[in-house]
Amino acid sequence: MDLTFFSSILFATVVAGTPLIIVALGELITEKAGVLNLGAEGIMSVGAVAAFAVTHATHSPMLGIVAGMLAGMAMSLLFGISALTLMANQVASGLALSIFGVGLAAFIGKPYESVALESVPPMVIPVLSRIPVLGPALFQQQGLVYFSWALIAAVAWFLYRSKAGLILRAVGESPVSAHSIGYGVVKIRYQAVLFGGAMAGIGGAFLSVFYTPMWVEGMVAGRGWIAIALVVFATWRPMRVMVGAYLFGGCMITQMFVQGSGVKLDIPAQFLSSLPYLATIVVLVAISRNRSTIRLNSPASLGQSFLPDA
Amino acid sequence: MAMRKLVLTLVGGAVLFAAPTKIGFVYVSPVGDAGWTFQHDMGRKEMEKALGGQVTTQFVENVPEGADAERVIRELVTSGCKIVFTTSFGYMNPTAKVAAVFPEQEFYHATGYKTAKNLSTYNARFYEGRYLNGVIAGKMTKTHIAGYVAAFPIPEVMMGIDAFTQGMRSVDPTAKVRVIWVNSWFDPGKEREAAMSLISQGADMITHHTDSTAVVQAAEEKHKEKGVWAFSYHSDMSKYGPTAQLSGTTHIWGDYYTRTVKNALAGKQKPAEEIWGGFKEGMIKLAPMNKAVPADVVKMVNKLEAEMKAGKFSPFQGPVLAQDGTVKVAKGATMSDKDINSINYYVQGVDSPAPKQ
Repeated sequence: MDLTFFSSILFATVVAGTPLIIVALGELITEKAGVLNLGAEGIMSVGAVAAFAVTHATHSPMLGIVAGMLAGMAMSLLFGISALTLMANQVASGLALSIFGVGLAAFIGKPYESVALESVPPMVIPVLSRIPVLGPALFQQQGLVYFSWALIAAVAWFLYRSKAGLILRAVGESPVSAHSIGYGVVKIRYQAVLFGGAMAGIGGAFLSVFYTPMWVEGMVAGRGWIAIALVVFATWRPMRVMVGAYLFGGCMITQMFVQGSGVKLDIPAQFLSSLPYLATIVVLVAISRNRSTIRLNSPASLGQSFLPDA
Repeated sequence: MAMRKLVLTLVGGAVLFAAPTKIGFVYVSPVGDAGWTFQHDMGRKEMEKALGGQVTTQFVENVPEGADAERVIRELVTSGCKIVFTTSFGYMNPTAKVAAVFPEQEFYHATGYKTAKNLSTYNARFYEGRYLNGVIAGKMTKTHIAGYVAAFPIPEVMMGIDAFTQGMRSVDPTAKVRVIWVNSWFDPGKEREAAMSLISQGADMITHHTDSTAVVQAAEEKHKEKGVWAFSYHSDMSKYGPTAQLSGTTHIWGDYYTRTVKNALAGKQKPAEEIWGGFKEGMIKLAPMNKAVPADVVKMVNKLEAEMKAGKFSPFQGPVLAQDGTVKVAKGATMSDKDINSINYYVQGVDSPAPKQ
């Protein structure tokens, strides 16, 4: 197996994993604040269509990303109003948002289905991109790929090294205690939800503007759900989210390369297609099998509404 | 009101019915801008135009296959539709059920095999177009490898892969066709990745049996760098691959819908009709050929198309060898329609392991 071959698998793996990382990290912050937002699929859809429409109109992918982010935040604000202010059931609100978002995106996106976008040239990093094998795979990527790496570091630092992160975790562990020492639980949860929405919107933008690049109804194709699952299987640890996302992307890409290589393997294609899901779950469960760390990492008040006593 | 209608009818002269006949369509996905349902909707519009004021049509899109479909078909009938077209394989049982309840109405189901007195079926011989796409691919490939992004290993898809391979090998006996199953009818991201991985492994001819335009777009993107060409399916996708699309196989339902409805209105429609039409019946067409296709290839393809129209040639005429070399159809013989319809093996030249049955 030659090196360019390996390089192109690695390249495609990183691309496939990127939207998952961005969306999952947003969801991770949301859940760490004790809020379960199952709306990622819908938010991604709306983010994707908003980003596509703005990129199409302005020819600026950058503005497209901003539009996707704002659209994602607007969608998650809806969730916040329902689940945080009106204290509706979080699971039900999230599911409703998911279904609503997919439908809304299809509605807004109708005129854009016939439109093709120019593909955005990659952002080549000088020097690093000339490293053999790894250079072309890792450092000739879209800007959002580098963003996703920065995001991993930022989220990890925020959660475990900053005071704000500590407060956020406190809100997720025990909103009553956080409230009693004077933190605005609902306000912090709103911020976490908006952050999650923004990231899901950017993840959607990555799909429609950089990845395919096109808009069609249903193009998110379950990636929002995979991102949510990743957070749980990664036991709310940012680094493990990355491992899971690349593992998932890597298995998907590798099985396609195996199928396309003409190598005669006696494995049904259906099994190969399910491999990414299986492998990701097995590996993440295996590295997080310690029950006490799972309990330590999972936000204790996840999914529970909080009513600050007036 | 009645007066006015009568006057209009008299003025119209040729118009036979005072009130237009209502016709319903059931679609499995959103109409969108390209793909299976888009082609059916184009056919619906053509038929409506061709028959002028005699008919009005309505459609319901994105109807899941199964119990929901039965409800939708029933609703179309009770809202006054005299003729209903259901356009996906999974609507077979719901359509048959509703047809049994409403003997006065006529039902037409695409790609199925159940018929009744008021239930007919229709399908197209897409594989004829695939064969010609394969011929073009075989003539133009430099790497002698073609890539095929496929949805599910069912006969409908296998048939296309085999016909494409037969066509390609007829002009390039060393050509190989590699298949990637994405196990989804519609996932642009996955379809694109599959196309990209075929391209990076040497395929310079790419086609697909999935519903989005992602594969053609991927070829367009890699066209300059790797000399990749694409063949579209369902619709002409040259808008998405203006330089890279060489040709494609498109579905044309308009003529069939017009003919069928016309016959039905005149009371001449045969009961339990089973239509399986190809180039001859005008139910498929090649997407316009790219300027890059050499004149002699264009000529060859046109000649083969004419021969298929005249019934003198079939993509599955012998010799047809299975992947391992066993003879499936002897020289001089032609595969029967029944065998084509249930094909579940790769022909020689497909360079991927056969899917498990």
